[in-house]
Amino acid sequence: MLMRSIWRTLDRGLARDIGLVCLADGVVGLSYGAISVGGGLPLWVPVLLSLVVFAGASQFLFVGIVAAGGSPIAAMIAGLLVNTRHVAFGLAVSDVIGSGWRRLPGSHLMTDENVAFAIGQDDLRQKRAAYWAGGIGIFVCWNIGVVVGGAAGSVITDTDVFGLDAAFPAVLLALVLPALRDRATRTAALIGVVFALAVTPFLPAGLPVLLALAGLLFYRAGKPALEVSQ
Amino acid sequence: MTNTPLVLAGILILAVGTFSLRFAGPVMRSRFELPERAQQVLAAAAIVLLTALVATSALTDGHGPAGVARPAGVLVGGVLAWRKAPFVLVVVAAAATATGLRLIGVP
Repeated sequence: MLMRSIWRTLDRGLARDIGLVCLADGVVGLSYGAISVGGGLPLWVPVLLSLVVFAGASQFLFVGIVAAGGSPIAAMIAGLLVNTRHVAFGLAVSDVIGSGWRRLPGSHLMTDENVAFAIGQDDLRQKRAAYWAGGIGIFVCWNIGVVVGGAAGSVITDTDVFGLDAAFPAVLLALVLPALRDRATRTAALIGVVFALAVTPFLPAGLPVLLALAGLLFYRAGKPALEVSQ
Repeated sequence: MTNTPLVLAGILILAVGTFSLRFAGPVMRSRFELPERAQQVLAAAAIVLLTALVATSALTDGHGPAGVARPAGVLVGGVLAWRKAPFVLVVVAAAATATGLRLIGVP
């Protein structure tokens, strides 16, 4: 039922865009699996993380710390810190996720990419379709990538070679740009960026992005009529 | 050697914690009816976070700067997106710019 209505709602262009991001995520998954196993961890570690945590940045951080001989508890805390932004995402897209039982898989499938895809759509039906198609597609591609990368070993260990490290910020940028045309949102976002960049040298991963929320102090939501007359 | 029970515990706690963080938003929103003003702020919060994520992942690597190739790639992608180029072109151009610059020795 759900799947059928997703595919009926999704237009072809959007489906292609989502497919591209899923594919790119699969390649990053390949490298994550390969790096983890290459770093001396058994295959089940990256694979289990991908299934039950399913949050790329925190997974890279977790295996990086553990493979370097760090404490798994420290790795867990670092991972949680990076994932705190999902609280704000969940508050913003709860209508998109839906109600009842859907909130369970819908929450687990929450990623930066499908949240950004959902925000980029105009009406609720399209938002829902983009969120679910993106979430399911990324989950499948990511997990397949991790298993293959971990099992095959050193096929791809450095996605920088393909420029994927530049592709992902560009993906998110393209998806948030329409929302940044709103002046109040743009002001808050730009001030948030300054905050985040200023503290990046000093704070552990995850916190700088969270501190960008201070930019909301400068958010003056529109009385649209007044905005237009200015 | 990895301490299997401890690694497993770390993964499972991270999984439960991450799910709770994701689930918190939908649960809170189903309990209270929010005024429109608050909903606007929440929507803006997601944009602020995603924009900060773009900036930090484009410009920084760990605690230091990310070099030149990656920011240049993101910039090319961003300009194309701003000019309303197709999404596929934005992504491919960003990746190709970064790769191309690295091939000619730009860090």
